[in-house]
Amino acid sequence: MTQFYTATDHFTILPALMLALYGCAILLLDFWLFPKPRQRKGLLVFVVLGEAFAGSCLWRQQAWLSASGATQLLGFHGAVTIDGFAIFFNWIFLVAALIVALVSYKYLEIAGEHQGEYYGLVLFAQSGMYFLATGTDLVTLFMGLELMALSFYVMVGFLRAEKRSNEAALKYLLLGAFSTGFLAYGFSVMYGLAGSTKLADIAEAISARPPWDPVVFLALATSAVGLLFKISAVPFHMWAPDAYEGAPTTVTAYLSVASKAASMAFLLRIFTGPLAPARAAWEPLLAVVAVATLTLGNLAAINQTNLKRLLAYSSISHAGYMLLGLIAGNQTGINGIAVYVMVYTFMNLGAFLVLVALRRGNIIGDDLEDTNGLMHKSPGYAVLMLIFLLSLAGIPPTAGFLGKYYIFLSLIQTGHYALAVIATLYVAVAIYYYFKIVRAMFVQESTEKAPLALTAGLRMALGVSGFATLAIGIYPEPFLRFVGQASGLSFLR
Amino acid sequence: MEHHLLSRVLWTPILGLAVLLFLPAHNKRLVRLWANVATFAGFLISLPLAMRFRSDLAGFQFVERADWIPSLGARYFIGIDGISLLLLLLTTLVGFLAVLCSWNAVQERVKEYYAMFLLLQTGMIGVFVSLDFFLFYIFWELVLVPMYFIIGVWGGPRKLYAAIKFFLYTLAGSVLMLLGILTLYFQHFNQFGYYTFEISELMKLRLSPGMEQWVFWAFFVGFAIKVPMFPFHTWLPDAHVEAPTAGSVILASVLLKMGTYGFLRFSLPLLPQASVDQTIVRILAVLSIVGIVYGALASLMQQDWKKLVAYSSVSHLGFCTLGIFALNPNGIAGSVIQQVNHGISTGMLFLVIGVIYERRHTREIAEYGGLAHVMPRFATIFAIAMLSSAGLPLLNGFIGEFTILQGAFEANRAWAAFAVTGVIFGAAYLLWLYQRTMLGEVTNPKNLGLPDLSLRELAVFLPLIAWAFWIGLYPKPYFDVLRQPVNQIVERVRPDYFASTRSRDRQGAVALRNPDPQEAPQGASQ
Repeated sequence: MTQFYTATDHFTILPALMLALYGCAILLLDFWLFPKPRQRKGLLVFVVLGEAFAGSCLWRQQAWLSASGATQLLGFHGAVTIDGFAIFFNWIFLVAALIVALVSYKYLEIAGEHQGEYYGLVLFAQSGMYFLATGTDLVTLFMGLELMALSFYVMVGFLRAEKRSNEAALKYLLLGAFSTGFLAYGFSVMYGLAGSTKLADIAEAISARPPWDPVVFLALATSAVGLLFKISAVPFHMWAPDAYEGAPTTVTAYLSVASKAASMAFLLRIFTGPLAPARAAWEPLLAVVAVATLTLGNLAAINQTNLKRLLAYSSISHAGYMLLGLIAGNQTGINGIAVYVMVYTFMNLGAFLVLVALRRGNIIGDDLEDTNGLMHKSPGYAVLMLIFLLSLAGIPPTAGFLGKYYIFLSLIQTGHYALAVIATLYVAVAIYYYFKIVRAMFVQESTEKAPLALTAGLRMALGVSGFATLAIGIYPEPFLRFVGQASGLSFLR
Repeated sequence: MEHHLLSRVLWTPILGLAVLLFLPAHNKRLVRLWANVATFAGFLISLPLAMRFRSDLAGFQFVERADWIPSLGARYFIGIDGISLLLLLLTTLVGFLAVLCSWNAVQERVKEYYAMFLLLQTGMIGVFVSLDFFLFYIFWELVLVPMYFIIGVWGGPRKLYAAIKFFLYTLAGSVLMLLGILTLYFQHFNQFGYYTFEISELMKLRLSPGMEQWVFWAFFVGFAIKVPMFPFHTWLPDAHVEAPTAGSVILASVLLKMGTYGFLRFSLPLLPQASVDQTIVRILAVLSIVGIVYGALASLMQQDWKKLVAYSSVSHLGFCTLGIFALNPNGIAGSVIQQVNHGISTGMLFLVIGVIYERRHTREIAEYGGLAHVMPRFATIFAIAMLSSAGLPLLNGFIGEFTILQGAFEANRAWAAFAVTGVIFGAAYLLWLYQRTMLGEVTNPKNLGLPDLSLRELAVFLPLIAWAFWIGLYPKPYFDVLRQPVNQIVERVRPDYFASTRSRDRQGAVALRNPDPQEAPQGASQ
């Protein structure tokens, strides 16, 4: 306990610092530099610069890790840990935030809400995620979670004039606050058990007790409520369809991808860290949750006619698949979650970006009928959407297959045959509702002729997501190597 | 081998597709022409495979092997043996004919239509040449999407229902198959310490009987739905009836064979204990026989021309699976021959329906009658197709069914006795169909002015008819090509089989397929 803020400490939080600084800069400079809404595109420069600096810091952290041969770098006496896992997830957040920022301006202009704060919030949320992936201390993690969640509460309600958006934000806020209460309670019990907020100390304290110890179970159950809420697992999924539907589509994309990835990282840190000794207690519990999540997500999606709700339920079911990787719990399972998160980022972003492009003029573009005859209107985008949907369903040769492949393999390896059979059969259910969209796009006739709202940013983002979705499916080797580093999760049992 | 011949056959359709994408969609003639050129080129390129194939060699030929995903142990590993050779040639020929027969039939969204066929073509070829399970699975699934569109966009009135039903059924089966694949993959790691999907490597596995049976049933669901075996056949009539002609032809001729091929290439060699398990064999044989009889009886009842042929597929494929699970050389060789036969004859029957549907836009059998007076050339061709399907001697169907029945008789006399009723019913529904549509007086005035076959239409049928006569009159090359792979499979599942038959052969019972009893064990031991 000598120095308050060392160079190492600085190095470990530099990316988040950069993001927060640029976020503040955007808030401060917004009205001086760009008084008119139409000019606010210029703020993208700040976003890109912030991400570039954050990215270069991540790069240096990665280089430091591989050069020193160490598995991790601790900052702030172990409150922050830089390891392969953290760096991997931060790259995911970076890609997601950058893509979302790039595609937002036209959508917000059409909605009449092109405010500078939006970009600031995107960056703030991302710096919150940074701490969810790197934090190894209850307080750090909690702060990260709140920073991310608060930014999202505002972003979900960003369309002030729209009732749906307001309602969604309020619902998300109330339920979110409630679940965070549970989480904080669980954390306080953990602190009571260990007398420390460090995950490593808590793990030690819990492993000294039997897995079915009632106090441990109390900590487990309450913190699980908060964590499962964040990844929208059943029965804590209620907020997701409403929040997804009401939020601006760009925010929905961000929420469904980056927030879910960050929450998954958080969940992995807790369940493979302090709660790992209590695996016997939570494994059956999570198995029930995962099956319920798969079931509800897939079955509820079948009848949706609103595309955002449909994709919301589908993203619930994806959370179920990711949970299965944790239930298997071996190296393949954890690796599988990382692969899944990566492919999910590209394919789910891609699907939502197509919805963003459908929002044009006075067409809201989130109804199933709005995709009717897309193949005739703009074949390129229809084919892209087809690729994203096939990938979401997990049909090779798209990226989504690879994510499911790892999850199934990990279940087989650990002998969870029944779970594996259930999980695979839901692939066939999923194809049914994804192909409702395909059917509308390729078979139905178009009802209106308005062209898609395409911008340079949107084209680029769609191109990147489409390319990644196909490339990961056809030649996954380099991507799998990249994911391999995520297996450096600090204390995996 | 040195020229990547097999790879060229595999990727020619994709190359054709890449060029097709740059052709203007409004110039339908050009698009059609290019699609025909590309698939015809694909067929021509595949012919050297047949010429250079050495039927005296055991194992795989034209093998190509390259690293693909080292992290998973998946390789680009392709090659063919006699079984895949025949099915591959069937695919390239029928693929071309299906594209050729669509010239007039498809007028809307022409470019997308041919794009789907080219994609489908590579998927189907890939299934028959992959020797790496991961690669195989990719191609297996790749086939689903274009077929969904072919049925769902260019199909009949209930096309959407039929298309998604086809997709869901086959997908549900194949994801369960994936679990079986992953189980083998992981067991291989447990026993040998490294991950691989290569079939030859996976064959070295020693699995517990329980494990083998679980994998067998996982594979079974995938393959049986594809074949389709009773009771998984319900998607087939819908898909066939709603699909456009070319789609039905491909579906019947090639896609169904992927299931039977799967049994031969994967289930039997990889899971020999489960494949000879008495209960499993009995269940599969009974399902096959039920399929044969049920399919035939259902065909007798149909009012719709196309549905009749669709149900006849269920019956004929029942013969194929029965042959496989007779687990002797005659049964398996007969099954492969019958798969090719079914591709030829049912392909022709669907083409026949396509011809008449293009003219009259109805498939009700009752709408027709006496067509032989109006369209004599058409009637002749239909007669040949029908007789080939019914298994008349001198034509191909007879060879396949006879050999299968021989194999079934050897395995269990009761099976052969039940299965042979399928041949009788088969003749009944086909002849009755012919009588109702072709013979007698022209009852419906709408049929009076129908034009006979055009040259292009004739060109579609001629290669298939020639092939049907070839197999029917001189099947020896086919049995020669099949001897090595079939003996290998039998040797694998029943290691004592040849030892016991040799003694029987000496007593005078000579197999039709294998005139020289000494050859078999030599080939199998290589």
